[in-house]
Amino acid sequence: MSAQSSTPAATEVRAFDSVSVGDALPARTVHVDRARLVQYAGASLDRNRIHWDERFAKEVGLPDVIAHGMFTMGSAVTLVTDWAGDAGRVVEYGVRFTKPVVVPYETGADIEVSGVVKAADPETKRVTVELTATAGGEKVLGRALAVVLLD
Amino acid sequence: MPVNADFQGRVYPPTETYRVSAAKIREFAEAVGSSDPVHVDAEVARVRGYADVIAPPTFAVLIAQQCDAQLISDPEAGIDFSRVVHGEQRFTHHRPLTAGDAVVGTLHVDTVREAGGHAMVTTRTELATEQGEAVCTATSTIVIRGGE
Repeated sequence: MSAQSSTPAATEVRAFDSVSVGDALPARTVHVDRARLVQYAGASLDRNRIHWDERFAKEVGLPDVIAHGMFTMGSAVTLVTDWAGDAGRVVEYGVRFTKPVVVPYETGADIEVSGVVKAADPETKRVTVELTATAGGEKVLGRALAVVLLD
Repeated sequence: MPVNADFQGRVYPPTETYRVSAAKIREFAEAVGSSDPVHVDAEVARVRGYADVIAPPTFAVLIAQQCDAQLISDPEAGIDFSRVVHGEQRFTHHRPLTAGDAVVGTLHVDTVREAGGHAMVTTRTELATEQGEAVCTATSTIVIRGGE
């Protein structure tokens, strides 16, 4: 598999014929800190205090501030959109949130994201990628499947 | 307070129109770290066949959660928001959400069930343009943790 630029050119959609089941996508590490969670809270309008207010998070029984599940879901899929060459090619995307990503004040957290091609349908040119996302050695997403339509 | 099982099957009227803006798309794309220029450069988007810049794949949650609020904030539903955890999320895109779209959401409460002392509620928001063109189906399962 060739290296993929993080900013694909205008028409650089991956060719279906270049993809095989079992192909691994380039893995990446997503770093998340409190500033990023505040940024996501504003952008997404999800202002739940457990994602930025440590005192509140602990009062409701959490170990610390936790990342929005939707932040993890949204940042993980960039692996797929960059690989596909166009963010508009994602036709289906679903995940289960299996563990929260705990985001300590001092260090933040690293989410390790990888992906592998699970299915490729030549009729429809739809490719199914299974994503794995871990933080602190624990899987934070389960059954994370993205379906992309390639050329 | 238990979650009200009578809400299963309920369908809400379409919401007020949400207007998808290029500015909000850019803000959301930056927040999730999506560096594809199709989110910020209308020329790139047009070359790829879109009418304007398009939203990242999970942007629809922003509109869907506003629809979900109709259920969650309804006292009769019995959902204690402080005990809510997001369990599952799924999107089916009929086409990408695009700057300039005027979108309405119709909320369906698909299932309300109890499991292991917790309640689980699955909602489905059908997003369509004001003209009725289907854009996205967003399905969400929330878990309402049982009392200690």
